[in-house]
Amino acid sequence: MSFRRIRAVFRKEFLHIVRDPRSLGMALLIPILMLGLFGYALSLDVNHLPAIIYDQDNSPASRDLIQAFQGSTYFDVRSVSGDYPSIEKGINSNKIVFGLVIPPDFTRLLEAGKEAPVQVLLDGSDSNTASIAMAYVTTVVNLYALERSAQRLDQRTGMHVKPLTEAQVRVWYNNDLKSRNFIVPGLIPVILMIIAALLTSLCIAREWENGTMEQLLSTPIRPTELLLGKLSAFFVLGAADTVMSLLAAVFLFNVPLKGSLAFLGLSSFIFLFGALSWGIFISAATKSQLIAYQVGLLSSFLPAFLLSGFIYAVDNMPPVIRFITNFIPAKYYVTIMKGIFLKGVGMEVMWLELLWLTVYAVIIFTLAVSKMKPKIA
Amino acid sequence: MPEPDAVVIDKLVKRFDDFVAVDNVSLRVAKGEIFGFLGPNGAGKSTTIRILCGLLGPTSGQATVSGFDVATQPELVKRSIGYMSQKFSLYGDLTVEENLDFFSGIYGVPKERREERKSFALRMANLEERRGELTGQLPGGWKQRLALGCAILHEPPILFLDEPTSGVDPIARRSFWDLIYDLSAGGQTIFVTTHYMDEAEYCHRVALMYKGKVIALDTPRALKQKLGAKSMEEVFINEIERQEAATA
Repeated sequence: MSFRRIRAVFRKEFLHIVRDPRSLGMALLIPILMLGLFGYALSLDVNHLPAIIYDQDNSPASRDLIQAFQGSTYFDVRSVSGDYPSIEKGINSNKIVFGLVIPPDFTRLLEAGKEAPVQVLLDGSDSNTASIAMAYVTTVVNLYALERSAQRLDQRTGMHVKPLTEAQVRVWYNNDLKSRNFIVPGLIPVILMIIAALLTSLCIAREWENGTMEQLLSTPIRPTELLLGKLSAFFVLGAADTVMSLLAAVFLFNVPLKGSLAFLGLSSFIFLFGALSWGIFISAATKSQLIAYQVGLLSSFLPAFLLSGFIYAVDNMPPVIRFITNFIPAKYYVTIMKGIFLKGVGMEVMWLELLWLTVYAVIIFTLAVSKMKPKIA
Repeated sequence: MPEPDAVVIDKLVKRFDDFVAVDNVSLRVAKGEIFGFLGPNGAGKSTTIRILCGLLGPTSGQATVSGFDVATQPELVKRSIGYMSQKFSLYGDLTVEENLDFFSGIYGVPKERREERKSFALRMANLEERRGELTGQLPGGWKQRLALGCAILHEPPILFLDEPTSGVDPIARRSFWDLIYDLSAGGQTIFVTTHYMDEAEYCHRVALMYKGKVIALDTPRALKQKLGAKSMEEVFINEIERQEAATA
């Protein structure tokens, strides 16, 4: 292994990057675009659920219930004087998520001490939002019911009655329950994976297409040296993107960074090494810039996005898919990033993830080297 | 012990599936010789050169370059050769100087010799004034000279030039051959393929290759005398016709 040869390749590759405005632009714009898109636009928080209430009872009791909805930031009550057609129209035109119908005998049934049902018409087409909305509405109605029965008991017994038990919830980690705090750290692996695959996918295929590979193969340079030289040039770019994304996460999106920066740096280094090797492997295997670009994008972006636990929890996936996620290096890096950012845990908890990340990086690098070896047939 | 030949090829065969690209070729090239490899496109010239440079493995037979076996010691072969392929294979988005620095680095030219070798190559290629220009914007002949400059940075004892002058105008070709003579005078062995018959006259010895076989091998003068031909072009056509008649 010759350091001099690696350095020569590094310099040359770096010049290619600097002189090609497309790749440089891509390396800078993709993180900005992704952070902007996912950091600002994608929110899994369900707030201000729009609703229409059809109050058929129009009594103090029904107005109390309406008050409970109006007083909460989780709901946005558009109208309290709705009817069935307006609820239907609202749901069909995506103006509201649910309609609440309070029947005319609401007060009568309550006073008679009987069950007094209210009707909730829910738009189930977005199942995620619908299930959250359902939980919110049920909670509000249950609380209301609890209060009413407590009041009735108070009146009857002349004593103040308290509920027997209640859940005292204290949220650990991301205690504001902001989805952004969970999205942004997981987004960094996705960004790095795309950047790494896109930048490197062209770098070997281009040498084949331009005939420079043949020239290189006639020189004493070894595949490992060529690979390390190229890798280190792209590494500079990838590291810059990592730092950029981290700064944006902490200072722009105010995501708390609780864990060790050193551990973050180490795991990012290993992940980036593997991701860049993957792009080089594809480039060496396909030998065509166009195919390498497409395969690179598909094989990096989709798994990193869908199977890494970035947004979609791996635990909720069917067993087969869950098994497949074990082979997605981004999954381990996402776990590490979320752990460092949100929980402040380090090596003591996530050593296994780091180990897997390292194992994959070494395997992919070895594969890439083997693909670079000239086929002497 | 007599000085070993720079290139020794012995019963070399290269087969691609059913197609025999190199068919039982044997020849020797002495040190310091300018050895021309002639033949129409597809005759197997490039394949032979690529085997000699360790870019392809032979199907059977043997070849040594600078005393190293191309099949078993490609690393050592690559240290002692300079190769210039048919296709322009420098980096167009790098300047003349950056290309030279890059090849200097991967050929492992010692640090203290680098500046000297670089200025030698620049002078030789007559590119001193254009050292800062992007290579992709140079005219064809200049690119070829730079490619040659890059291939000789590490002072290889043997140079393989695969159609170095294809697509270059006659004046540029002439000046390119002046360079080849200078290098040969300096003791380097030059193995060159071409399909320009006038260039064959410049070689010390030439081998005519046709359909994978060497059909004639001698000095240009001896070849012409034997057939009573005036030019290498005539020799070439005569030999090929004879070959066709013999196989028909």
